[in-house]
Amino acid sequence: MKFKLKIWRQENAQAKGKFVTYELDNVSDDCSFLEMLDQLNETLVDKFDKPVCFDHDCREGICGMCSLYINGRPHGNDSGITTCQLHMRRFKDGDTLVVEPWRAKAFPVIKDLVVDRTAFDKIIQEGGYVSVNTGGIPDANAIPIKKVDSDLAMDAAQCIGCGACVAACKNASAMLFVSAKVSHLALLPQGSLEAKERVDNMVSKMDELGFGYCSNTGACEAECPKEIKISNIARLNREFFVSKLG
Amino acid sequence: MLNSSIGKKLLMALAGLFLCVFLVVHLGINLCLLRDDGGEWFRAAAGFMSSNKIIKVFEVFLFGGLILHIIYGIFIEIKNRISRPISYNKTYASQTSYFSKYMIHTGMIIFAFLGLHLINFYFVKLGWTPAPQGIVAVEDKHDFYNMAINLFQNPVYSFVYIGFMIFLGFHLHHAFQSAFQTLGVNHTKYNTLIKATGTIYSIAIALGFSVIPVYFLFFWGK
Repeated sequence: MKFKLKIWRQENAQAKGKFVTYELDNVSDDCSFLEMLDQLNETLVDKFDKPVCFDHDCREGICGMCSLYINGRPHGNDSGITTCQLHMRRFKDGDTLVVEPWRAKAFPVIKDLVVDRTAFDKIIQEGGYVSVNTGGIPDANAIPIKKVDSDLAMDAAQCIGCGACVAACKNASAMLFVSAKVSHLALLPQGSLEAKERVDNMVSKMDELGFGYCSNTGACEAECPKEIKISNIARLNREFFVSKLG
Repeated sequence: MLNSSIGKKLLMALAGLFLCVFLVVHLGINLCLLRDDGGEWFRAAAGFMSSNKIIKVFEVFLFGGLILHIIYGIFIEIKNRISRPISYNKTYASQTSYFSKYMIHTGMIIFAFLGLHLINFYFVKLGWTPAPQGIVAVEDKHDFYNMAINLFQNPVYSFVYIGFMIFLGFHLHHAFQSAFQTLGVNHTKYNTLIKATGTIYSIAIALGFSVIPVYFLFFWGK
């Protein structure tokens, strides 16, 4: 397959970036989007050009490290997957692919397509944990949990913190991420003890870091590679009201 | 609470829902215009609304809620634009509810209509602007019935009015269900009901208000 790639190139955080267009031929339809970029980088290195920087790690769709805003969609034109699981057969031969980094004030570009997602870590540090001493493995039935709650908690816990929700949102809001982290702990007895402080601190940090306000467009839910539902955002709102008024 | 993003959105949602209730009351009174009784029912309803003490209190809440909704709406829009200083080259191909992307735009259009509406009616009552003149004589500054006839007999005004009502419907279509989501009301059992109610409500409001100019343009006095 043959592609025209319009890729955002930016030397460093301070530099002014620009789009650079590359032509790439002989791309296998079985290769992933990241493998296609590897192939591009090999051709660039052969020509003594600087390779395109992009984030990646596990390449199994579970780590949340890869990003890329491809043709107007985070993780490209497929649903429920990360960029590493996006295959070139999903595009047409001869397509022009516009590849951009996540765009948000809270996610500054480090280089090319790599952005700094430390903002998510800072939110997690405000309460995305339970303060219990770890020890031996407890008995599975020691703390009874309703099946429906454990299922919802597990669904929320699937969030890999990739930032696609922020990238997809027209307001660069992090509400889906924060709601998933708050929900997965609030639904479980272990997390409920610190629920009030957690939601309060995490929302304050989210606001402080410069993420936008949720306007319930649902773009985050549509693009989340782990298909986290916006019902979690409603739960986050409820948890927040309870923490303030309860 | 109000320092937070969620707190501000809660206020916007509550003010918005209050405005939704106001629209139903307003439409109810306006539909009295369709009765061929020389404006008897409409005058009675409008008279009650402008003289009743409790309604006067609600009027303060109405203007307060409206101003709050507008100010917070603008504030949130500015904040959201700051949150993405560099925009995308290829924008937003994600699947979203269509009208949700244009709330600030439809909101501004409704605000423009509100200005026109206040000039034509509310400011006339206060004596700030002259009453709309036309084929029927306006008795005094409280004679909203004849003012409405004069305005709706003008086809340009009527079609502009209907245009505005369509945008109001677009705004309400997202606003109704979005307000419930902001209030934390999201349940698999009731989501379909909330969304369907929002759709029916927005169509009913837009259609209900639009029927009146159509009646006065094509059917009134014939």
